[in-house]
Amino acid sequence: MALVARELIPSRTGFGKGLAEAGALNPKVVGLGADITASVSMNLFAERFPERFFSMGIAEQNCVGVAAGLALAGKIPVFSTYGVFATIRTLDQIRISLCYNNLHAIIGGAHAGISVGPDGATHQALEDIAVMRVLPNMTVLSPCDATQARLCTLAAIENNDGPAYIRFGREAVPDFTDENQTFEIGKAQLLAKGTDVTLMATGHLVWEACQAADILALQGISAQVLNFHTIKPIDKAAIIDAAKSTRAVVTAEEHQLMGGFGSAIAEVLVMNYPVPVEMVGINDMFGESGKPHELMLKYKLTAVDIAMAAERAIQRK
Amino acid sequence: MNNTSVHISEIKARAMEIRKSVISSLTAAGSGHLGGSLGLADIFACLHFSFMSHKPDNPNWIDRDRLILSIGHVAPVLYASLAHAGYFPIEELNTLRKFESRLQGHPGRDHGLPGIELSAGSLGQGLSVAVGIALASKMDQRKNRIISIHGDGELQEGSIWEAAMSAAHHKLDNLIAIVDRNFCQIDGRTEDVMALEPLAAKWESFGWNTLKLNGNNVSEILQALDEADSFQGKPSVLIAKTLMGKGVPEIEDDYKWHGKAPSEAEARLFIQELEKNQ
Repeated sequence: MALVARELIPSRTGFGKGLAEAGALNPKVVGLGADITASVSMNLFAERFPERFFSMGIAEQNCVGVAAGLALAGKIPVFSTYGVFATIRTLDQIRISLCYNNLHAIIGGAHAGISVGPDGATHQALEDIAVMRVLPNMTVLSPCDATQARLCTLAAIENNDGPAYIRFGREAVPDFTDENQTFEIGKAQLLAKGTDVTLMATGHLVWEACQAADILALQGISAQVLNFHTIKPIDKAAIIDAAKSTRAVVTAEEHQLMGGFGSAIAEVLVMNYPVPVEMVGINDMFGESGKPHELMLKYKLTAVDIAMAAERAIQRK
Repeated sequence: MNNTSVHISEIKARAMEIRKSVISSLTAAGSGHLGGSLGLADIFACLHFSFMSHKPDNPNWIDRDRLILSIGHVAPVLYASLAHAGYFPIEELNTLRKFESRLQGHPGRDHGLPGIELSAGSLGQGLSVAVGIALASKMDQRKNRIISIHGDGELQEGSIWEAAMSAAHHKLDNLIAIVDRNFCQIDGRTEDVMALEPLAAKWESFGWNTLKLNGNNVSEILQALDEADSFQGKPSVLIAKTLMGKGVPEIEDDYKWHGKAPSEAEARLFIQELEKNQ
C-alpha cells in the first residue's frame, strides 16, 4: 500500500495553523500563552489576533482556571504548553473547573511522547492520555501528522462541546494523510485494509504502523491499519469490526502502556469481542535524553517493533 | 447606591433570614459547614440585596454581575441567599446535601439550580475563573462586575497567587475579590496552621487595590464595595474581617464549627440566640 510522505513537519505546526484558521473563522476563539507560545506554534494566532491572545506567564494552573472563566463568559479558549505541564500539573483544575463544569475549552499538549528527545524525562509527556481520558466529559484527540493536527484543531474548536485535549509532537515527522480527508471526532480512520491482524495506532506511531504493515506484507502477512486520532470517545464499532475480521490486534502509542491508548482498546475488546492483543508503548518507566530515533529504538516504538508484536498476536490466535 | 439607614436595616433583616435558613438547612442535612456560612451572611445580603445587578427570574441575563464562590464548602450561605433573593423556593433549602437534590454539598451547575455560576469545591480555583470572566467582559466591553469570594485559609493555595498576579497584570478593575478573613481553618487558627499576615501587604504587593473592613458590618461592606467598584486600573480585594459563626455567641470564633452541622436542639437554641441578638 506504501503511503507516501509529502514532507517532514512537526504536528505542532498543524495545531498552530488550525488555531489561526479557527481564529479567523470564529471571533470567540481566544488564546492563552504560558511563556512558550512559539514552541507550541501559538505565535501564528497571537500575531494575527493580538487582542484575543493573553500572555499568562509560567502559571499553568491559573491558565486552566482562566480558560474556564472565558468559556463561562462565552469565549472558546485555547491553552497550550508542553503536554506534561498542560495535563498533570493542572489536573485538579482540569477536573473541577473544566470537566465538572463541562466547559468548551481546548488544551493543547505539545511535545508529547518520547520523541521530544534531548530534554529528557521531565519534558516527555508519557502519561497525558491516561490522565485525560479518565476525566468525565473530556474528549481526547491525538492526530498523527501535521495535516491531521490542523483539521483536528478546527474540529475541536468548531464541532465539539465540552473540554478537549489535543496531543501533538515536537519532532518533524512524515506528513502523509490526505489533505482533503474528512475529519470526524470519534471515528477511526482506515489507512490500509488487511485480513490477518489489525494495527491500531495513535499519534506519531500511525506512520510506524503503516511501515510495519509494509514489512509484514513482505512476509506474506496481511495487516490492516487503523488510525485513532480520537482516543475518547473511542470508536467501539471500528474496534469490534476489526477484531471480528482479523482476530488479532496490535496497539501502538508513544505513551505508557498502563491506562493509555492500548488500555482503551483493550477495555472495548475484553467486554465485547476478546481476541489476542499485543501492545507497543512505554513499559512503566521514565524516558531519558537522546536523539528521537535513538530513543524510539531503545524503547521499542519503531515499525519493526510493531511488526514483531503483530507476529506474536497472530501466533496467539 | 442607597446607603440610608432604612436600606441598611433592610439588608440586616435579610442577613438574619439568611442565617436562620443556613441553620435550618444544615440541621436538615445533618452535615455541612456552619461557621463560615454564618460569618458570610452579611456579605451575601449586601451583594444580592444591594450591590449586584442581577435578575433572579432571568439567571442567565447576559449583563448580570457574576458571583463566583471559590469556597464551595460554604454553599449553604450561597443557597440561602439565592433562595431569599428569589432564584428558587425557600423550602427547597431543606433538601441540602440530599440524594437527587439540586443543592449539592458543594455547588454543581449540572444539577440545575438557578444562580449557580460555577461548580466549585476544590480550593484555590475560583479566582482564576473570575479572572477569565473579567477578561471576557473587558473584551466585550461589558460593564458588569465580577465578584469572587474566598476563604482566608484558601489563600494558602499557590494557584490563588498565580491568579492574583494575572488579574493585576491585565488590569482587571472589573474584578472584586472578597476574602473572608475569619482567622479559622479546620486545623485551628490560620496564623498557627500557616500564617497569612501581613495579608493586606501581600495583596498590595501583587498590584491590587486593597481594602480592609469589618465583614459583619453592613454599612462598611456597602462602602467598601462602592469604593472597589469605582477604583480604576487595578483589581480590588476586600479583606473582610468576619467572625466564624457570627450571630450565635456559643459558636462565634470557634473553628470547631467550621465543618459541623447543629443538632435539632442546638438549631432551636441557635435561632433563639440569633433573634435575641437582633
